[in-house]
Amino acid sequence: MTTFTPAPGAAGTGRMLAAQTRMEFKLLLRNGEQVGLTLVIPLLLEFFFNLPMLYSLDGRRIDFMVPSILALAVMSASFTGLAIGTGFERKYAVLKRLGATALPRQVLLLGKTCAVLILQVFQAALICGFGLILGWHPAGNPIWAGLLLIAGTLAFGGLGLLLAGTVRAEVTLAAANLIWLVLLFGGGIAIPLSRYPAAAADILRFLPSAALSDGLHQVLQHGGGFPARDLLTLLVWAGLALPAAARWFRWE
Amino acid sequence: MSAPAVEVRNLVKRYGAATAVDGISLTVARGQLLALLGTNGAGKTTTIEICEGFRRADSGSVRVLGLDPSADARQLRPQVGVMLQDGVGGYTGAKALELLELFGSYAAHPLDARDLLAHVGLAEAASRPVKRLSGGQQQRLSLAMALIGRPALLFLDEPTAGMDPQARRTTWGLIRRLRADGVSVVLTTHYLDEAEELADNVIVLHEGQIVAEGSPAALVRSDAAGKIRFSAPSGLVIADLQLALPSGAQVSEPAPGNYLVAAPVTPELLAAVTAWCAAHGVLAEGLTVERRRLEDVFLTLTSSSG
Repeated sequence: MTTFTPAPGAAGTGRMLAAQTRMEFKLLLRNGEQVGLTLVIPLLLEFFFNLPMLYSLDGRRIDFMVPSILALAVMSASFTGLAIGTGFERKYAVLKRLGATALPRQVLLLGKTCAVLILQVFQAALICGFGLILGWHPAGNPIWAGLLLIAGTLAFGGLGLLLAGTVRAEVTLAAANLIWLVLLFGGGIAIPLSRYPAAAADILRFLPSAALSDGLHQVLQHGGGFPARDLLTLLVWAGLALPAAARWFRWE
Repeated sequence: MSAPAVEVRNLVKRYGAATAVDGISLTVARGQLLALLGTNGAGKTTTIEICEGFRRADSGSVRVLGLDPSADARQLRPQVGVMLQDGVGGYTGAKALELLELFGSYAAHPLDARDLLAHVGLAEAASRPVKRLSGGQQQRLSLAMALIGRPALLFLDEPTAGMDPQARRTTWGLIRRLRADGVSVVLTTHYLDEAEELADNVIVLHEGQIVAEGSPAALVRSDAAGKIRFSAPSGLVIADLQLALPSGAQVSEPAPGNYLVAAPVTPELLAAVTAWCAAHGVLAEGLTVERRRLEDVFLTLTSSSG
């Protein structure tokens, strides 16, 4: 016979984070069309932009394209996707209910970010695998590339959650898409910063999109060494955005 | 441990020009069940959401288990179970058991999720997505989510809204067991019978103020408008009957041969009426006792201004 005699207390943070991440990941996967978009759109872009008709590039086209698509995919899933999903959860009072439990905000936000990170392991594997089929020759140390992808996910995830947690869901929807588009073209992903005037490029390179894209190109396309500046840039963004999201995130 | 479950002093909450809660004070002792009763807009949900830490009071003080619901939220939340109004809250794409297990994973000593699901009558719905559950089923899942962390205090905002009568009875049984096991409970309800069945104390809210409080029995007793009716040959000397009754009783003959005694109905009053009849050789036929239920008291209290 169940007893309801009070025995209150919060679980350990590790257990909460594991449970939260598992749930968030399951829910991501259940959102079929969203997963489809997340996984398929980058592959389509990879294919079309690799066709030699759109714009000219120096060097082998696919070697430029794979790092770009990886950066784009991280930004789509961990910034735009996460922001919009979380924004609407807030709107529909999903998070209000969680706010009345022992779950701390930081653990909720970290759980969401980790779930996206897991999804991105699969996403990156697909993009790289498809790239190899298209003739991609990766250079450089894959561990550096992995670190960049993780740091990029944390940075974009933090920014997405900050946006979703502080403004209305409809504003999040519009802003997340708009910022995505601006960063795609103005933030060093679709158009390499080397095509910009030097003065502009010197500023733009500190955008998270540019740091991620530049770091991935340095490592995977040019076989560069440890991408210290780009990695540091991303970690600074993550270190600002995640605590800010935890600080200002409103449950409802 | 000695602090009351809930202690509210002079609570005021305004939304723009409207005052939702206007100077409420209340105390819930450990292990007690308080029902906040009132119509829509009476201030029930605002009061409970301030206690839950979702809203801040404009003035007044609120202590929950001796803690401040906003400042001490981190410390308080693991000790409190909450059932919000309007459905489950939480991930509607999750399955019922999954969501309950997730909430269990937040707690140090959770109840077994499967057991608890069976307790609220949802064993069959364990693998159904939350959004496919009926309104009443969602309410029961929501109750289970409030309970799974074995809280010391529960806030239940309209716990049986949308339930069929059977489910309401089951839920009442569960709430009684919680109370018996030492859980303190604050619930809001529109249902008078719910308050009457479950509560140690009832507070009737009307337009943000407390208009009555006490045990359900005391609220009914304090109300003067009981009635005893009977039929007998017309022409009884009603002034004589009135003299035989406790002071304050009003005797009348609204129609020839129909008698009405208006007074707080007590066993003594009834005995006095029948004793007078016996002494005067009167057979009181069709004798009925009308004691007002909480519902009548409530309707009187909350319609006064309208």
